[in-house]
Amino acid sequence: MSAPVVPGRQVEPGRSDQPTRRGVELALLVLVWGVGSLAMVLASEGAAGEVVPEVWRVVAISGVVLLGLHLVVRWLAPYADPIMLPTAAALNLLGIAMIGRLDLAAALRAQANGTDPPPSDALDQVLWLAVGAIAAALVLLVVRDHRMLRRYTYLWGLTGLVLLLLPMVPGLGLTIRGANLWIQVGPFTFQPAELAKVVLTIFFASYLVQTREQLALVRHKVLGLGVPRGRDLGPILVVWAVALLIMAAQTDLGTAVMLFGLFVGMLYVATGRRSWIVLGGLLTVVGGLLAYALFGHVQVRVRVWLDPFAYATEAGYQIVQSLYGFAFGGMMGAGWGRGYPQLVPFAENDFIFSAIGEELGLVGSVAVVVLFAVLIQRALRTAHASRDAFGALLVTGYAIILGLQVFVVLGGVTRLIPHTGLTTPFMSAGGSSLLANWIILALLLRVSDHARRPDPVIVRPDDATTEVVARP
Amino acid sequence: MSELVITLMRFGFLIALWLAVLAIVLVLRRDLAAPREARPQAAGGRLPTPSAPPVPPQPKAPRGAGRSSATPRRLVVVEGELAGTVIPLGTSPVTVGRAADSTLVLKDDYASSRHARFFPSDGQWIVEDLGSTNGTWIERTRITGPTVLRVGAKVRVGRTTLQLQR
Repeated sequence: MSAPVVPGRQVEPGRSDQPTRRGVELALLVLVWGVGSLAMVLASEGAAGEVVPEVWRVVAISGVVLLGLHLVVRWLAPYADPIMLPTAAALNLLGIAMIGRLDLAAALRAQANGTDPPPSDALDQVLWLAVGAIAAALVLLVVRDHRMLRRYTYLWGLTGLVLLLLPMVPGLGLTIRGANLWIQVGPFTFQPAELAKVVLTIFFASYLVQTREQLALVRHKVLGLGVPRGRDLGPILVVWAVALLIMAAQTDLGTAVMLFGLFVGMLYVATGRRSWIVLGGLLTVVGGLLAYALFGHVQVRVRVWLDPFAYATEAGYQIVQSLYGFAFGGMMGAGWGRGYPQLVPFAENDFIFSAIGEELGLVGSVAVVVLFAVLIQRALRTAHASRDAFGALLVTGYAIILGLQVFVVLGGVTRLIPHTGLTTPFMSAGGSSLLANWIILALLLRVSDHARRPDPVIVRPDDATTEVVARP
Repeated sequence: MSELVITLMRFGFLIALWLAVLAIVLVLRRDLAAPREARPQAAGGRLPTPSAPPVPPQPKAPRGAGRSSATPRRLVVVEGELAGTVIPLGTSPVTVGRAADSTLVLKDDYASSRHARFFPSDGQWIVEDLGSTNGTWIERTRITGPTVLRVGAKVRVGRTTLQLQR
């Protein structure tokens, strides 16, 4: 299908010993779906004392959607990595189970107050999983060979910046909780920054593949560090600086941190120069100090991080409740539905991991961390096996995004680092994030399919196809 | 519901979750181990980079040796900034690259500091890439290991082409 057919080589179609491992994927998917369904049933049982009918609807929809996506992968990317899809599905299902559990807590609270129960976030989330799976299928269908993405380098860069700018368009933008990150079209709200990270990674990868040699080799010495020429670094620096400025204007620090890390990480991987790490580290310190000096909410976050219990009833309430949650969960957790994760404000978004920590304990949260680690390892492994530099860089970029996001979120809720608002990939409630992550997963599957696809069998006309008819 | 059932559900779920994680890790382990066995088959038709033009396997040591009995005496720069430079060949190796201590110092963005090395062995001259970024090419083939040069072979290093002459 997309195997490189080069003149002079003959490809024998359909014959190879390379296992596709789709059966393994299906088995893991069924297992993971079973565990996810068990989580949803137990959560409902624990939180409401009965299995509410909604649970069965969510279980059925997620089963159908995941099976459908598996069949699409079977058809469009038969050699793709068998682990990535089940791992992402596991994280997503655990997230849905926890969101459903928080729904029930909210419904009970509404009942106690005599108000109408809020709409179900879990049902929304599983519908967004369906949307994400359809988007992933479309990506697999349209992008038959990831190298075609390279054709539109600057268009991707421009698209990324436009997406970042969209919330600032008057009439379209929407400000929620002090951050101007959303756009509203009819009844739908969307966070375009999530899609921007997907698109900007394509731009970075595509641009760096073109220029990495010049970036790595042609350098001026400045202060003992080799610095590349302006014309090599210029375009990417412009896109990056504009992206950071936009995010500073929108006070979206989490995405800024992620994009900066992505930029430095990809430059390092593309050029193999350690000086980028040094430079990136220095710029992080400078940027951090600058953000601290300029933005009031950053100062609040840092103060809360250093001494949360001094602000336990105000700015530190969320993180303090999160820490209490982890403590209450202890080693084995309180059990599904038997903790109080609803006490953490926005537990279904930024703090879903502390809800997991409370109800599943250290043992359960480590399982979640392992699932993230496996997903990132698979992405890096795909980059390693990739036959083209663009595919390798693209996949590395997505691995960096996932890794950074998980680190920033998990570090934030456990008070390892100051808390910055980012979603937990695949787990947090929120359609934009889920959609973007499933698109990323589709691209990972596409590159890994390309990397694991067996080489075309070479038949050289002179020795393989020439038969000796008669010997004189 | 009794305390026992609740505890069983708590632990039961954690066990189920970890079984799923272990299943994933086991598949991953098999995948990590597999390439070592599978690689030799796959490696045959595999190109070092997709940008490398397809070519039949390069002639290795035995073929080049029988072609010409005369030993090469000089390495000539036939293309590039230093075109016309002649390096007489003796018994010592010749290094090419941007590093100042190379035998042939190139001022070329596309060459690495220590790019390639030519050295004699049994009356033949062998070229070896020293892990350069852009590779060392014989005609249109990127070399992957020490390769014997025929007299007249053109070796490309960055924008410079060198020819082995008698």
